Amino acid sequence: MIRAGDLVASAMRALRANPLRSALTALGVIIGVASVIAMVAVGRGAQASVENSINSLGSNLLIIVPGAMRQGGGVRSAAGGWDSLTLSDAEAIAREVENIAAVAPAQNAQAQLVAGGMNWNTRVTGVTPAYMIARDWEVAQGRFFEDRDVSQARRVIVLGATVAEQLFPNADPIGQSVRVNSGAYEVIGVLESKGQSGFGQDQDDIALAPLTTVKRRIAGRRSGGESVSQIAVKAASEEALPDVEESVTTLLRQRHRTASGEDDFTVQNLSSIAEAGQQATQTFTILLAAISGVSLLVGGIGIMNIMLVSVTERTREIGLRKALGARQSDILQQFGLEAVALSVAGGAIGFVLGVLGAWAITTGFGLPLTLSPDTAALAIAFSAMVGIVFGAYPAWRAAKLDPIEALRRE
Amino acid sequence: MPAPLIEARALVKTYRMGEEVVHALDGVSFAIARGDFAAIVGPSGSGKSTLMNLVGGLDTPSAGALTIDGADMASLDDAALAQFRNRTIGFVFQSFNLLPRLTALENVELPMIYAGLAPKLRRARAADLLARVGLGERLTHRPTQLSGGQQQRVAIARALSCEPPLLLADEPTGALDTHTGQEILKLFATLNQDGVTVVLVTHDLDVAAATRRVIEMRDGRIVADRALERAA
Repeated sequence: MIRAGDLVASAMRALRANPLRSALTALGVIIGVASVIAMVAVGRGAQASVENSINSLGSNLLIIVPGAMRQGGGVRSAAGGWDSLTLSDAEAIAREVENIAAVAPAQNAQAQLVAGGMNWNTRVTGVTPAYMIARDWEVAQGRFFEDRDVSQARRVIVLGATVAEQLFPNADPIGQSVRVNSGAYEVIGVLESKGQSGFGQDQDDIALAPLTTVKRRIAGRRSGGESVSQIAVKAASEEALPDVEESVTTLLRQRHRTASGEDDFTVQNLSSIAEAGQQATQTFTILLAAISGVSLLVGGIGIMNIMLVSVTERTREIGLRKALGARQSDILQQFGLEAVALSVAGGAIGFVLGVLGAWAITTGFGLPLTLSPDTAALAIAFSAMVGIVFGAYPAWRAAKLDPIEALRRE
Repeated sequence: MPAPLIEARALVKTYRMGEEVVHALDGVSFAIARGDFAAIVGPSGSGKSTLMNLVGGLDTPSAGALTIDGADMASLDDAALAQFRNRTIGFVFQSFNLLPRLTALENVELPMIYAGLAPKLRRARAADLLARVGLGERLTHRPTQLSGGQQQRVAIARALSCEPPLLLADEPTGALDTHTGQEILKLFATLNQDGVTVVLVTHDLDVAAATRRVIEMRDGRIVADRALERAA
């Protein structure tokens, strides 16, 4: 039995005999593994980014908006009008649906905010304190308004991080005055930054004010009365979400006296949107990995090609080794090991390059870099497999050589 | 009388060359005792190379019986044949067949690698053997740095490295000048005196004359088998 150490030494010696050829052969695997690593990391980064931004909308959240979302065309038609959703709907949901953490009606308005010499056009959303629970949001500075502020329709405002930055680039905004539609509002807080949403919106480009204040003073006549632009409902738990969605839908149908399929409202389940987003990025990741996998395949074929050349060149050596006592399995192992050594070395170098590439790309696109430790093991195992698969045939050819024929070869 | 090292009875080897069946060996019987120094001679096509391949365990007979060192050659599988070539036979080739990337020492170590010997032991034994064939000063030379005669000495040291009972040499002086060839033959004679059985395959009658016994072949059969008086 040949010793393992001798087998490895012999393979290394053979590869070192032709350094340039070995390096070029390994290059195919290097490129393949590097691109697989980089692409999977980029894909995972994109996935994590989508996941983060969808989660940043708030977890276990249902968003109810007026109007129906028809299936198929994806065209929203305003069955029942845009003012079909009301404050009393929100109150009814809070009263009658079980397993709810928060119900947050909201009224959207677009307004110009002016502070000192700066002005900024943004979305001003009228909310209640429950909105912060529903969206899993916190203030970074100052405080959020209370139920009292809402019932008194006080002129206070909480700025999103982007708005605060635009209006008060070098100053503390807390306690400052902001003019909205010619009314003066006191800035009482700044929201913590949430970054971009999964749909590419800047979630920090917003200002929050008491719901009553926005309805009366900012949103204008169209939003008068009871109607709200949306109701956010946060379920108590992930498990409760489907039941809550069903109860809310049933309740609103009763209240609006609409039949199934003719709803004048739409209940959006964010977790299903998140799922769809994840699925899309996952498909994208698999696609990228598959394309890179093709280059790994090409690298493997390169190894096979060179090993076949090597077997032909060393026919006489193989014959001699057999005459001196090498079994078929010894020859098989020797040539197989050369192929595996080439591909594993290529895999290791490719892994390093792939990590660097992934770092460069994710940094460039502002994606989080997600590299799990198993990626390294996977790269090595995968390249070893390439070596075994593509080294097997040349090694088998070498092992099966007739020693008499092989020794006769010049 | 002890059992002979090599015993062949009605040995037949046939090849198929397209439509034609070639009888390379056509019923060959002979015995070679331990400690003998024999030459198998004959023109090309006489079957001497085929016989050498069978005796060397590189090929298996089509019919007949061949027993070498107690092993029935027809019954050995690939692994057993490999072990047989490793332990029982020491091959010496016309063109030396040294691996050019390896030093003299490493070339001599090669069969011992397949025998699974520890590196330290291999190196020591290889150095001893190279000293024995007169190359004690050339251990780290590569084949290209050695003369033909020196290369053949390395090859002989390699053939001896697993202490086989039989040295099998195929035209060992064919690539050497007459003087160097004579020295190699002297080395074989010395090794033979030390107890190794030596079988040379050659077409050169002068080479055969250096042995103690000449087996002459023609058309796949043994046509003469005579002992030489003056050799010893």
